[in-house]
Amino acid sequence: MRLRISHTTTYRYEPAATGVIQVLRLTPGSHDGQYVADWQIDVSADTKLDMHHDAFGNVTHVLTIGATEDLTITAEGLIETNDTGGVMRGTDERFPPQLFLRSTDLTEPSPAMATFTREIGGAEGDAISFLHALMTRLNDHMTFDSDPTHSGTTAAEAFTLRRGVCQDYAHVFIACARAGGIPARFVSGHFLRADGEVHQQAGHAWAEAYVPSLGWVGFDPANAICSTDAHARVAIGLDYLGAAPVRGTRYGGGLETLTVAVKVDQAGRQFQSQ
Amino acid sequence: MAVAFDEMNGPGGEVRQAYQELSRWLSETPPEALTHRRQEAELLFRRIGITFAVYGDAEAQERLIPFDVIPRILSGREWALMELGLKQRVRALNMFLRDIYHGRDILRAGIIPDDLIFQNPVFRPEMNGQAVPHDVYVHIAGIDIVRVDDENFYVLEDNARTPSGVSYMLENREVMMRLFPDLFARHRIAPVERYADELLTALRSVAPAHSSSEPTVALMTPGVYNSAYYEHSFLADKLGVELVEGRDLVVKNDEVFMRTTEGLKRVDVIYRRVDDDFLDPLTFRPDSALGVPGLMSAYRAGNVTLANAVGTGIADDKAVYSYMPDIVKFYLGEEPILKNVPTWRCREPGDLAYVLDHLSELVVKEVHGSGGYGMLIGPAATKATIEAFRDKLKREPEGFIAKPTLALSTCPTCTDAGLAPRHVDLRPFVLTGRDRVTIVPGGLTRVALKEGSLVVNSSQGGGTKDTWILDE
Repeated sequence: MRLRISHTTTYRYEPAATGVIQVLRLTPGSHDGQYVADWQIDVSADTKLDMHHDAFGNVTHVLTIGATEDLTITAEGLIETNDTGGVMRGTDERFPPQLFLRSTDLTEPSPAMATFTREIGGAEGDAISFLHALMTRLNDHMTFDSDPTHSGTTAAEAFTLRRGVCQDYAHVFIACARAGGIPARFVSGHFLRADGEVHQQAGHAWAEAYVPSLGWVGFDPANAICSTDAHARVAIGLDYLGAAPVRGTRYGGGLETLTVAVKVDQAGRQFQSQ
Repeated sequence: MAVAFDEMNGPGGEVRQAYQELSRWLSETPPEALTHRRQEAELLFRRIGITFAVYGDAEAQERLIPFDVIPRILSGREWALMELGLKQRVRALNMFLRDIYHGRDILRAGIIPDDLIFQNPVFRPEMNGQAVPHDVYVHIAGIDIVRVDDENFYVLEDNARTPSGVSYMLENREVMMRLFPDLFARHRIAPVERYADELLTALRSVAPAHSSSEPTVALMTPGVYNSAYYEHSFLADKLGVELVEGRDLVVKNDEVFMRTTEGLKRVDVIYRRVDDDFLDPLTFRPDSALGVPGLMSAYRAGNVTLANAVGTGIADDKAVYSYMPDIVKFYLGEEPILKNVPTWRCREPGDLAYVLDHLSELVVKEVHGSGGYGMLIGPAATKATIEAFRDKLKREPEGFIAKPTLALSTCPTCTDAGLAPRHVDLRPFVLTGRDRVTIVPGGLTRVALKEGSLVVNSSQGGGTKDTWILDE
């Protein structure tokens, strides 16, 4: 599939901020099943973006700007994808899988989650069946709802609420997989919706889990599917914080208003409609 | 437990060589004179204002760490060997850190199990593949050493993160020289005053290769509420560098600047006394108000040196400690000069069997525990406690390590009942610059003031002594 993606983040500062610094993880990489044909980042302010690869291999850009009332960052481009049944190959791996057994503040499993994981059973034997069962049960357990959670909500909190957004689903999935002894990690990216709606209010998030016989496999618990050619992978981390599209700080200023607009469409389809 | 080795009065009651002059002086000095000087010392410390905030003590937010006027003395020969051992150990620590965050040869060689590193909370994945200027990770190490007899020194802990206490080493010497000029005149004692110069030289030498020939160094503190704030301001003053908090620093285009009255000034080396977790809210804890947003990006770009480097905690971790003799051999091909306290890793069946047979003699600790929680002190435990612990240990052996209870050496110390032996340890400060490792001859001697106590921590009734290395 050819995915045309545009991800716009707009900040308004009232009164003006005296300075802003942000670390952006908005640039996807290529691997088997994903080829980045074209990608660019535009920033409304006049600034130089400092590019690095972080320790996980994600492309990061650091932007620093002076006094401003608003800031718009647009990441957009074209990604060609193939359905690999969720199996990831050719990704930039800088750690052995077992690093991703580490727990983080956002993915610390609660006793209830440990019980939930134990009840699924079989994590020691057939990892892939366990992960599918975990994804299905988790999707049943949770209801998609953007109201009660925020970017700092932990897996345990979302599990208790039984509500959340894709990020929360991913955190709970990761925490339970790790509790079952399976390395798991957070993925931020984009998703072409099956219902034809191209405008979205945020990027997408899912998880990858390590199955010895297959390698890393993408699981999207919010949609109860393995990752497909509708998924465009941008960054990975131990949790949301390690893969967040934007982590930033502003100096001075008062109120900050954040708006995110994401558009994911099939390039061919868009072309035909014009 | 056997009678501890006393550093002044040897096993047969004879006065040991290094203490002969002190012993003579003590016999000539009337007890009232000593009491008088002790009071003077207390006054001096109060005037200097050296204090230590005790966490969890609402009554006394800040208080004086007790200072004992009887010096602790090591001979030049003893020090020479210790110095060699310390340099060797710190070289190995730096090579270990370089390796762990790059090629991981030591894991591939099967010397340290992978999970001990990758699942260790103090291993910092963020440092993986990150070059640090001149490959120095631990610029300042505070290695805790205990002595058990005439010959044997053991390393108890390698403090490789943000070790503190060096201000006491310097202040103790200053006060002693003022109070006991007569005693100094009767000894040749290696000076410690050049510590600040050595530290500044080391810090400047590790500035990023492309920074100016006069690199700017700043000392970063968490602020006045930190228990070691006095030391931070003391050291900044001695070094002649700016004392800054996170809010005084700003990152622009991957370079770090400090706000000064004349505008922004580029900073090349940050001697940071802020823990990793709080350094940069854009990389570590997002709620940290003590750090500098973007600092890790400037670090990654190679534009600033952090001393110590981020992620050094993996080198002084309790579980990794037990592998230190292997670490020294692996990287240097040498036998370790300083001993490690023998550690039984209960994850290994042979070790577990030994530990289960000797529970009443050993101290058994949780690998990832801290603060003495979940610990068994065999010699002090009841039979029932030992049996309950035995079950716990059998259920989850990989969670525990065991060590012998060491008989720490003692040193004569002023008490209400006159001079009496009290247990001591020693923390020398090892500095690593671009090309060399240096140690000011001495360190911080901590003394457990309670009779029989082995706990030297200042938060638990420990005091300090001046440490003399005889210049022979």
